[in-house]
Amino acid sequence: MLILECPYCGVKAEETELSPGYEAHLKRFGPGSSDTEFEDYMFARKNPKGVHFERWRHVYGCGKWFLAARCTATLEVFGTYPAQSAEPPADLQAKIKAKRPDWKGYK
Amino acid sequence: MSTRLSRGGRLIDRSASQEFSFNGKKLRGLKGDTLAAALLANDQMLVGRSFKYHRPRGIVAAGPEEPNALVGMGRGARFEPNQRVTTTELFNGLEAQSQNHWPSLEFDVGVINNSLARFLPGGFYYKTFMYPRAAWKHLFEPIIRASAGLGKAPKDRDADRYEQAYAFCDVLVIGGGIAGLQAALVAGASGARVIVLEQTAHWGGRAPVDGDVIEGAPADAWVKSAVEALGKMENVTLRVRTMGAGVYDHGYVLAEEKIADHTPGDGRPKHRLWRIRAGRIVTATGAIERPLSFAGNDIPGVMLAASVRDYVVNFAVSPGDRTVVVTNNDDAYRTAIALKEAGLEVPAIIDARVSVTGDLPARARAMGIRIEAGRAIAKVKGGKRVTGVAICIQAGEGSVLEEIACDAVAMSGGWSPVVHLWSHCGGKLVWDTTHAHFRPDATKPPTNQDGQAMVIAVGNANGAMSAADALADAAKGGAAAAEATSFKAEVKAASATQVTEAPMEAVWIMPQGAGSALKAKMWLDYQNDVKVSDVQLAAREGYESVEHTKRYTTLGMATDQGKLSNINGLAILAQSLNEDIPQVGTTTFRPPYTPVTLGALAGESRGEIFQPLRKTPMHAWHEAQNAYMEPVGLWRRPYTFPRAGETHEQSVHREVNNTRTNLGLLDASTLGKIIVKGPDAGKFLDMLYTGVMSNLPVGKCRYGLMCNEQGFLSDDGVVARIDEETWLCHTTSGGADRIHAWMEDWLQCEWWDWKVYTANITEQLAQVAVVGPNARKLLEKLGGMDVSKETLPFMQWADGTLGGFPVRVYRISFSGELSYEIAVPASLGAAFWEALHKAGAEFGTMPYGTEALHIMRAEKGFIMIGDETDGTVIPQDLNLGWAISKKKADFLGKRGQERNYLASPDRWKLAGFETLDGSVVPDGSYIVAAGHNANGQGNTQGRVTSTYYSPTLKRGIAMGLIHGGLNRIGDVVEFNTVSGGTVKAKVVDPVFYDKDGAKQNV
Repeated sequence: MLILECPYCGVKAEETELSPGYEAHLKRFGPGSSDTEFEDYMFARKNPKGVHFERWRHVYGCGKWFLAARCTATLEVFGTYPAQSAEPPADLQAKIKAKRPDWKGYK
Repeated sequence: MSTRLSRGGRLIDRSASQEFSFNGKKLRGLKGDTLAAALLANDQMLVGRSFKYHRPRGIVAAGPEEPNALVGMGRGARFEPNQRVTTTELFNGLEAQSQNHWPSLEFDVGVINNSLARFLPGGFYYKTFMYPRAAWKHLFEPIIRASAGLGKAPKDRDADRYEQAYAFCDVLVIGGGIAGLQAALVAGASGARVIVLEQTAHWGGRAPVDGDVIEGAPADAWVKSAVEALGKMENVTLRVRTMGAGVYDHGYVLAEEKIADHTPGDGRPKHRLWRIRAGRIVTATGAIERPLSFAGNDIPGVMLAASVRDYVVNFAVSPGDRTVVVTNNDDAYRTAIALKEAGLEVPAIIDARVSVTGDLPARARAMGIRIEAGRAIAKVKGGKRVTGVAICIQAGEGSVLEEIACDAVAMSGGWSPVVHLWSHCGGKLVWDTTHAHFRPDATKPPTNQDGQAMVIAVGNANGAMSAADALADAAKGGAAAAEATSFKAEVKAASATQVTEAPMEAVWIMPQGAGSALKAKMWLDYQNDVKVSDVQLAAREGYESVEHTKRYTTLGMATDQGKLSNINGLAILAQSLNEDIPQVGTTTFRPPYTPVTLGALAGESRGEIFQPLRKTPMHAWHEAQNAYMEPVGLWRRPYTFPRAGETHEQSVHREVNNTRTNLGLLDASTLGKIIVKGPDAGKFLDMLYTGVMSNLPVGKCRYGLMCNEQGFLSDDGVVARIDEETWLCHTTSGGADRIHAWMEDWLQCEWWDWKVYTANITEQLAQVAVVGPNARKLLEKLGGMDVSKETLPFMQWADGTLGGFPVRVYRISFSGELSYEIAVPASLGAAFWEALHKAGAEFGTMPYGTEALHIMRAEKGFIMIGDETDGTVIPQDLNLGWAISKKKADFLGKRGQERNYLASPDRWKLAGFETLDGSVVPDGSYIVAAGHNANGQGNTQGRVTSTYYSPTLKRGIAMGLIHGGLNRIGDVVEFNTVSGGTVKAKVVDPVFYDKDGAKQNV
């Protein structure tokens, strides 16, 4: 039963207030993309043991989507940030790197 | 025999007698007794039969670890199976029945399994019932089903209510023994918010029974003052009868409070499930004593040594006049001393250790108790009751040296810390060779959201086994928990008098060299009838993993989850595999610690409030008309409005016929209504829908389809352009919330720079479909706006008033009739609905329900999301290519639909079907094809998606997907039927009624 802080309303929300949206920072491939690109976009999901970026919606709160960086093995939460982010904030990436030196980056 | 002693008993009130019954027999106990104590006081040592061999079983323990003494409690709507007598508080009128026997507890036919035990070894089920295959269904399964199952499931609806509550704290202390209280005192003094949970009704745990001396006085006195001190702290909450059931992610804990178990029917909730979020969790859960494995260790009268002492000291109940103590440690000597002090006989202490030193043995010797060092029990004598023990050398093979008559055996194989809560969220264990047990590894704790340790084990639960060590450890742990949650704490521990105990000696089999005959009578798991020989057999057969051995032998399964058996079992497994115990490891500890009743997990979510119920503004009217309601998502919608004497089928047909010939009214309020507004709203809707919405003129309506990114049809509905920047999107009744979330997902996460706002206004409006040839007449009678064909043609909308009601009228039709869908503010919905009925009486108006709606749309060949679609159907499959824009560069699902499998001409496509004999095709039917597939199943070439009797056409009609789709029109195909045959049907156009739309476009 996770606790994630909603970066919009600042509430430390319990999992029952949230709905999951799976992997974050996916690039959409539409018409004109190759079969491989579309397959990757649609189906190829990361399943790391360790640092992972996810989409969550504060559905029973402010209704906003946000992104979370979390360790799938220990459930440590490194941080949350708005969904309107093309990539994880630099300070968050630095924090993760400090805690998990083996981390290869969000891509 | 077991009996009540004339003096003593720290928890009982001798002036308050309580009457209860066991298997119908009236018995008497005392206030403060557990049911176990009261049964023993009445010499009811035999309380049940074992699961597999139906051996007689008695009470073994005094706490939640009890594996044998499970009973059915109460009766009727308050019956509960598998209740542990050791944790059940006695009350006046308690009724209990023993389990697992037939015809009676004293004489049980199933005990024949016991004589067959050598034919029922570990893994028996897996080995025996394989062949012949037919025997399984007709012979084995009926017998196993009749004999399987622990206890009986209640038959009646539970009369009790249960509730759930949330709590938050900095430090949660689980366990109210001296360690828990000490940790709470330290954390409480720091100012942290503290909650302390104790599973029994009493504070103090074992210390008062064990005779510990704290701050120079008996433990009872210190416990009393500690509880008083905690009670005075405003930041501390104390809760008894509350079991910490499980530790979950990020400091989440479930606990079950037994509020009215001991006062049934007093109006209070039976249990309360606490959902606690804690900064730090201190587990002061104590330790559980282990049995010793000697032959006959399951005969009633053989009990855990500390539990014997519990019964004597707490309840003044003696398990027997003559009790032999058998041990591998010093702690069991406390039992011998307690028995002796209570005036009972201890014929001998059988100590497996060759050298017996230490303070406690010295005291026992001084009391004149005979101590036999280096000895073991070769065998317990007796059937339904212990009559004696045969003594041998521990180092030998079991040659009997002597027999000692006794009526009880108190055994102690050492203590295992209760590490369950520590382990639930990934805390690791370390093997402690001094005490031969697993204890928490403080370097590998379960961690929280910040990556910090979230559980701190203290006291016995942390392997600090003496009172003095436990108090010191708990003070440290309590302070650490408070400091971790930003409070300043002072480590201040009460001092206890240290009793020097000599080291225990790990003894896993007694005697060490016991042969197979003895090992086949050494029980490891009492509840599941698993013996030493079974685990050894599993090891021989290659079950090297402890998890596999558990499942193969059933060791550690069922309601006690191996609280007594796990360590002994895995020690035997390790020995058999010639490995060290830590290498073999433990099975996974999973919540709950002890069973939590399903009622508490459900809480108030049962019956009518199982889910929130959504009601339209006209709901009360429907109920007053005796509408037959059906669930649609969380909504309840009228399925039909039957009149006196009508079947549902008759009333549905009447509603269809009346709507087609006169006038029908449908409560369409559940239809999803989402406003999409903003400068980029048109662009956004063009991405969402397969068709174009941006060029829809203001005032007009257009049917649209939505697909997911894979291209599969997800929702449909009519879109109305309200003004330059505003569209109203109708969704399916069940789809409004989902589609609104879908819109928000794309707007917030993909196209976040587009200026678009959405609002789900479904419940702000009541909507009525006015349907039938007389629809316009009714609206004209109400008056207020022009609803003529010229002013308001098909697929347009207009605002205005009708009969004084402010309305928005859409000319859309899901029935093929002249139809107006009229929205009014929800607060006016009921009044508007009634006004329509009143004014419409002269036009033959009747309400109709969802089934008539379904039939009429099927007669028109309109698809229904969820009937024609199932998440694998694309619009093209349903001949809806006309609703997909060819011009748009992109929309959600476009790329997905380009995949070769979805673009294939071989896909099954929509067509209509008419049975040759006029009958109705069964729901779920497939269209059979010649030949068989690779699995020997008959081939298919299509399936039915909607099938009804059409009262309009007076015959069965169906829609379905078929290979070739509309190209197959005229073919005759066969649908399979439930009875095994087939029914012939002709492929036809799916529009069965008024194909040209003459009836709706008037």
